[in-house]
Amino acid sequence: MNRFSYSKPQQVNDAIQQLSDTGRFIAGGTNLLDLMKENVARPDQLVDINALPLREIETTQAGGLRIGALVKNSTVAYHPDVERVYPLLSQAILAGASAQLRNMASTGGNLLQRTRCYYFYDIGTPCNKREPGSGCGALNGQNRIHAILGHSDQCIAVHPSDMAVALAALEATVHVSGPDGDRVIPMSEFHRLPGDTPHLDTTLGQHELITAVELPPRGFAENYAYVKIRDRASYAFALVSVAAALELNGNTIGTARIALGGVAHKPWRKPEAEALLAGKPATEENFRAAAELILQGAQGFEHNSFKIELAKRAIVRALSEAASGVNAK
Amino acid sequence: MNATPARQLRPDAGADTHTISLNINGKQHELAVEPWTTLLDLLREHLDMTGTKKGCDHGQCGACTVLVNGTRINSCLSLAVMQDGAEVTTIEGLANGDDLHPMQAAFVEQDAFQCGYCTPGQICSAIGMIAEGKAQTRDEIREQMSGNLCRCGAYNNILAAIEQAIPACKGGLRE
Repeated sequence: MNRFSYSKPQQVNDAIQQLSDTGRFIAGGTNLLDLMKENVARPDQLVDINALPLREIETTQAGGLRIGALVKNSTVAYHPDVERVYPLLSQAILAGASAQLRNMASTGGNLLQRTRCYYFYDIGTPCNKREPGSGCGALNGQNRIHAILGHSDQCIAVHPSDMAVALAALEATVHVSGPDGDRVIPMSEFHRLPGDTPHLDTTLGQHELITAVELPPRGFAENYAYVKIRDRASYAFALVSVAAALELNGNTIGTARIALGGVAHKPWRKPEAEALLAGKPATEENFRAAAELILQGAQGFEHNSFKIELAKRAIVRALSEAASGVNAK
Repeated sequence: MNATPARQLRPDAGADTHTISLNINGKQHELAVEPWTTLLDLLREHLDMTGTKKGCDHGQCGACTVLVNGTRINSCLSLAVMQDGAEVTTIEGLANGDDLHPMQAAFVEQDAFQCGYCTPGQICSAIGMIAEGKAQTRDEIREQMSGNLCRCGAYNNILAAIEQAIPACKGGLRE
């Protein structure tokens, strides 16, 4: 690990002011410290934000829930309001990492974790995300875990978060503060596709700090599912994951939300596929039609083309599970 | 418990050090640490408490699991300076003299290890898991313990040991 200076401010504004151009905020540290040990991240300053007053979970005036950026993943997953109103979020969080990591990792940090692409992590190989312009090791390398949607010839990495996939389906917003004030970013615009600038994972400004994640009132607690397909039963990143949420009138679909993890540089949604399901009966045939539409244009590489059919089947399974109400408390 | 005087952990440590206060296994320590020292390295390399193991050093194996304020975490992925003021419990803090903690005794009785390298992390993790109160069934215990790998494959006996110790551990950490 490289040498760095360390400070622990008490207020959000102080933290933002203290951060230098080459420094980083640190919360749980579970990903950042790992990256620093691998020399992938080499900040010369860490601003420890753990003393900031960002640990509340509170009901919003709109009837939603505001989760402070420093609330631990395990605290969110087991919070009574989250379990009751947003069980999809609980299920997704508990599908990720290990109990120890969930006890450390913060809500804001989860969104900002970097890809687990082997080439991003190995500083002996080229990676446009780690070192812009150096090339992509994964494109013609071992790419079993990589993207099938939204990738570019610069980067085929995927975003590793499970929590973010549920937040995308629930249409959460990300509250941030920065030198120019506060703003609110919809989850759909928070993570970005790699394009020609794969070193940028998100639309967060360099000196901006996540202060909270806000959930709208609608939690889909009756009909939801998080299906995660991985190489071992627990404690592994998703090959494909699906967050599915339905609003049903009898067997007719009112609203459908479908977000995919493990397939793209961001949680993947296709509004046309969700619209396709609206007003239709909740049948496997209709779910398959939506799945085909979501995976339209998907392109695999040498080792990961299996993900295309896997994703379609996972979508059908997740929607079927959601429609059955099997997960409702 | 008397606090020991602040201990300079490295003779060449200069202005970069931060003084922190840690209660480790009931004993108060005032320590001058460099910010890049992990909690794991502080325990093992600076305090010679080698019961906590370094396996992968990347949060993937769980061998470094300790309890911080009663919660299980990976000590390899936490900076010591970030734990200022915390209460840390390691494997060395569980037994009362020769009187083993119920979880330790259960691991012995159930033969829940071969090489033993993952065992301190398994035991601390299991105690943390019981305190969390989320695992009731065998499958839930397996799931909740998935952050602790055992290369010897003693999982069945580890599961049996945890099941055996649950009733005695319900009150949390024994004082």
